[in-house]
Amino acid sequence: MNAEHYNQIFTTHGVIMILFMAMPLMFGLFNVVVPLQIGARDVAYPFLNALSFWLFFWGAMLFNVSFVIGGSPDAGWLAYPPLSELSHSPGVGQNFYIWGIQISGIGSLATGINFIVTILKMRAPGMKLMNMPLFTWSVFASCTIIIFAFPILTVTLALLFIDRFAGAHFFTLDAGGNPMMYINLIWMWGHPEVYIVVLPAFGIFSEIVSTFARKKLFGYNSMVFAMMTISLLSFFTWVHHFFTMGSGADVNAFFAVTTMAIAIPTGVKVFNWLFTMYKGRIRFTTPMMWTIAFIPCFVVGGMTGVMLSVAPADFQFHNSYFLIAHFHQVLIGGVVFGFFAGLYYWWPKMFGFTLNERLGKWAFWFWNIGFYVCFMPQYVLGLDGMTRRLYTYDFDMGWGPLNLVSTIGGFLMGIGFIFQVWQIAYSIKHHKRDETGDAWETGRTLEWSIPSPAPMYNFATLPQVIDTDDWWVKKEKMKNGEALPPAPPLEPIHMPKNSAIPFIKSTLWFSPASASYGTGCGWRFLR
Amino acid sequence: MAQSTVTGEHGHHDHHDQESLKTFGFWIFLITDVILFGTLFATYIVLRNNTSGGPTADELFQLPIIIAETFILLTSSFTSGLAVLAMHKGLKKALIGWLAVTWLLGATFIGMEVYEFAHLVHEGATISTSAFLSSFFTLVGTHGLHVSLGLVWMIALMIQLGQRGITAVTKRKVENLSLYWHFLDVVWIFVFTVVYLMGVM
Repeated sequence: MNAEHYNQIFTTHGVIMILFMAMPLMFGLFNVVVPLQIGARDVAYPFLNALSFWLFFWGAMLFNVSFVIGGSPDAGWLAYPPLSELSHSPGVGQNFYIWGIQISGIGSLATGINFIVTILKMRAPGMKLMNMPLFTWSVFASCTIIIFAFPILTVTLALLFIDRFAGAHFFTLDAGGNPMMYINLIWMWGHPEVYIVVLPAFGIFSEIVSTFARKKLFGYNSMVFAMMTISLLSFFTWVHHFFTMGSGADVNAFFAVTTMAIAIPTGVKVFNWLFTMYKGRIRFTTPMMWTIAFIPCFVVGGMTGVMLSVAPADFQFHNSYFLIAHFHQVLIGGVVFGFFAGLYYWWPKMFGFTLNERLGKWAFWFWNIGFYVCFMPQYVLGLDGMTRRLYTYDFDMGWGPLNLVSTIGGFLMGIGFIFQVWQIAYSIKHHKRDETGDAWETGRTLEWSIPSPAPMYNFATLPQVIDTDDWWVKKEKMKNGEALPPAPPLEPIHMPKNSAIPFIKSTLWFSPASASYGTGCGWRFLR
Repeated sequence: MAQSTVTGEHGHHDHHDQESLKTFGFWIFLITDVILFGTLFATYIVLRNNTSGGPTADELFQLPIIIAETFILLTSSFTSGLAVLAMHKGLKKALIGWLAVTWLLGATFIGMEVYEFAHLVHEGATISTSAFLSSFFTLVGTHGLHVSLGLVWMIALMIQLGQRGITAVTKRKVENLSLYWHFLDVVWIFVFTVVYLMGVM
């Protein structure tokens, strides 16, 4: 593998993992779970929702097609100028980058608007804001960040495009351009972005902990407060990604303090999860195991984050493998573990059959052992002076053995993934139907009160909500023979028709992007 | 949009809810647009002195034209308000009439902006002259693009109003268009102050 190829690999790895893996996986769970948890029949704007999906789809395809026809972007996952400018990247790769992300970003923005309106306006009668399940709260916090952060991304990428396409001088080295402004702008989106993906994971863990500890969640109010605080603070920490830029001691000190401050609400959440488990009768199902594995993993990841936030020390850690290990630990230990936990947890609700637990546990152990084998050595490598984005290094640097260990860890996680695929295939074959709709038997929120898989209309009659853990409370009442609020009479339900228009509209967006690819090609031949 | 229509008393109620839901979503969309302009303003403020030896704001801007543009746009905001008032009185013709006046004023504004841009380019002040001009053309141009999209929307809405009259759906659309139009007016006040007035100060 030569240097250019390696640059393309790590660039596309970063973009795909954040924007085309973490985001859509979480958005998928938003779509499945939020309407069920708030007792709604659909999201506020089903048509816009479909449009969002297809915009994401075409954005991702446009980005991925660069592999096939050659010329993948290779300026890093955030495409810092001047490297990403026409002067240094004359090829088409950056055009794919800009338009692939731009198109799917507009889809994400629309999703953010859609779920904010859904959560604020479409809750079942009786459900106050402080009765909402925590996953719904986390989606609300995440979508609030989306609507404030994504327009910044849209503008930043547009400016880069205008630079490349129209010869403007926003981020160029000549004619008064300022590349450092791009780095500020992209991180004003980029930092909130990581909270967009991790907050829903926090919501998932909160649901699971309470279900499998068979206890009411400890500190509901402080959980909500912590998430909303994180979503606000996430906008005031962006400079910690480039303490080394030279903004001066005062600016660096401010952003170091705001960064450390985020550890406080996060710590509150960790303690709440622990106290929920305390004296609970815990069942070690796969979703619960991922949740329990998440806590120490995220605490270590968070602690190394606090280390990185110390501005003077960061001059040493910056862009070293220490950083790489840190953000993989929070993103895998937080987002990926969270998504797995959520997927296992809601799988029976989505598909109407349960997954094989034994294979799931094999996958769990391969993943977790593999994770530590892979990333712990990278902390050491970072402290030994290995920087990121090296396509090769000398043998006498002494980094070889630890990198080998790290690679083995990567393969262990790969085996874990194969077990998961096997688990799903096996469970489809030995179809074990979820007949009750309350697959884990200790479900607490509304989604467990309806059959699995959830019918098209979700709820035959809209539920009358009486408690935060509504389904749990109603089950207790039924057991004790107490009266439930009477169900309203059945009424005809109207559902949106199937429509191909979102698909067609999103394709229209795709065309100008393809045209810009054409122009890029043109430039290449003209030069 | 792709909803099947429902008839009867209950259906009507549902429909009304749908419309207010869409207006609420439109407000949130406007929030995102505020952030979009906010980012462009920040960019402009950072780069406004980076003229790189090229022409400065002081040398380029012709305030009389800009002041005329400002008054035209402000008046169009007023007439779009009159259109909404006419709609609430159920006067379809007056509604379309005031929308047409608003459209003409908006189109005049865009015409003058295009003239201004052409004049600048003619003088050799293009988007690739300096970082200052890059950010100037992008900020002011993005506002102009928003106004132009509003003009297209207005034509479509006038046609729809002519065909369907004032219904729950068209009413919501007129209200959202008017919201959008006032919003662009507010953005222009900031453009006028930050770009032009502070530019020649």
